[in-house]
Amino acid sequence: MTSVALSAQGEQLNVHLQKCFSGERGSSFLLQVEFVAAKGFTILFGASGAGKTTLLDCIAGLQCPEQGRIAIGDAVLFDSGPLVNVPPNRRSVGYLLQSLALFPHMTVQENVQYGLAPLDQPEREYRCRAILESFGIAHLGSRRPGEISGGERQRVALARTLVTRPRVLLLDEPLTALDAVTRSQIVDDLRAWNARRGIPILYVTHQRAEVFALGDSVIVLDAGRVVARGSPHEVLHRPESETVAQLAGFENIFDCSFVAAHLEQGTMTCRVAGSVLDLEVPLSRVDTSRSLRVGIRAGDILLASLPPRGLSARNVFSGVIASLEQRDVTVVAKVNCGATFEVHLTPAARDSLQLQVGGKIWLVMKTYSCQVLQGSG
Amino acid sequence: MILQALTLTLRLAITVSLILLAVGIPLAYWLAFSRKRWKFLVEAVVSLPIVLPPTVLGFYVLVAIGPLSPVGRWYQSIAGHGMAFTFSGLVVGSVLYSLPFAVQPMATSFGSVDRKLLDASALLGASRWRTFCRIVFPLGLPGVLTGLVLSFAHTLGEFGVVLMIGGNIPGATRTISILIYDQVQALDYAAANRTALLLLALCFALLSILYGLRRRASWHVWSWR
Repeated sequence: MTSVALSAQGEQLNVHLQKCFSGERGSSFLLQVEFVAAKGFTILFGASGAGKTTLLDCIAGLQCPEQGRIAIGDAVLFDSGPLVNVPPNRRSVGYLLQSLALFPHMTVQENVQYGLAPLDQPEREYRCRAILESFGIAHLGSRRPGEISGGERQRVALARTLVTRPRVLLLDEPLTALDAVTRSQIVDDLRAWNARRGIPILYVTHQRAEVFALGDSVIVLDAGRVVARGSPHEVLHRPESETVAQLAGFENIFDCSFVAAHLEQGTMTCRVAGSVLDLEVPLSRVDTSRSLRVGIRAGDILLASLPPRGLSARNVFSGVIASLEQRDVTVVAKVNCGATFEVHLTPAARDSLQLQVGGKIWLVMKTYSCQVLQGSG
Repeated sequence: MILQALTLTLRLAITVSLILLAVGIPLAYWLAFSRKRWKFLVEAVVSLPIVLPPTVLGFYVLVAIGPLSPVGRWYQSIAGHGMAFTFSGLVVGSVLYSLPFAVQPMATSFGSVDRKLLDASALLGASRWRTFCRIVFPLGLPGVLTGLVLSFAHTLGEFGVVLMIGGNIPGATRTISILIYDQVQALDYAAANRTALLLLALCFALLSILYGLRRRASWHVWSWR
């Protein structure tokens, strides 16, 4: 078995595949993706059921695509043309499963050394000790997975995957169950490790915060297709499709009709469907003859308890507070001013404005806080 | 007489359970992991002895190992005598009769090993054989143990098949259960009582050990679940 020894640096992962898979409610989707992942983190972002795990399974060889080609550098792992299908145990793909899948009957050391079978005993022990030390879990060596904490288990599973020196690393929502501090420590460990190894890391998540924290680049999957890709900033701050907008946290998305373009100002006016609200939004290249949508983040809307004056913001509407609800440290206000807007503010802001349900309120939105989306219809 | 029957019975039970260990593990592995469409047929065949009266099974085995069948003739040509009414004949019959008791617990425990662990093993470069030795077998050990003890205990107590295939030859085919039958037929109830009690105690002790061990094994493996 030569898989452990073969690990050149800086090879790209090329993926091009098609596969039917069943979604969450028994519906079946066609997963159809094509991308290249260079070294460093590539985030696979999407709602659950978008096909992220199926995609990773195909790359690792746990599932077989119907068509396509998967290669790391020059090494072909799968090809439907002249049929190539390297079995998972010879792919040198490190894959951290969501369930971690630590072997319950083995100690931490035995778990970590499991993938090092082709090496001789001293080398195995050396590598195992080195990685356990660098992850700060050397003292757990003789314990079993049942006897350590969740964060420690996560580290062990990661160490077990990395110690085999894979050529590509796949991580399936590895940190979702952890608290923020442990999470960022593990990410630091991972970054430090990859600074030396320089391999492509595909990181699956459905959490927006993780995309910004980790990503060199992000690929957004929806219903089996890539709907956006680029840097996290490009993709999530200025989404052009509605699915991405929802994933990226646009709480307010309105169907709009095009009213007028103001070319010299770089803006255009859209009317929110079913109301007389005219929103001034940035001029965009969307097809104005089709349905338009405008997305606004709930955190980007200002509230004023008196009619605001002397503002640069062009969208000011008066309305009535329909509901107020505190979730954790965020106050969610629903304001009705012809259309219903969701607004997020801090408890302190709520108290200083003395907000009450039924009270009159003004909404203030900058033109650039309004994101024009191409509607799906 | 009782001692002779007891040693014969133990010899039979040990031989049968060792053979079933060797045959049962691969068969159970296949049943647990194969995706063949006709797997259900094999499952049905393996389970037949549970529902079939021992006389039916015994009858067909007797025919199969008799001088008129190819198997029987082949055995006669190498052994110099027929297989019916011999210890070897008993072993064949008992292996078939106890097969489900060995295979089913093994297949169940192999099949209940978390598939993600098998995936993880493959992803770490392990072949199927290594995955079996290091993951499936150790985690399925309680089931293997159950299969082993159940086939042993089941062979201890079998009657119909032995009677059909082996008859009642002291030292060769007269097992404890046959002896009890003999003693009752001879109206020697006191002797029958002693023999029956011995068998009862033996089976009870075995099953207690089995369940005691199993509890410990599963606690040991799954304490964090």
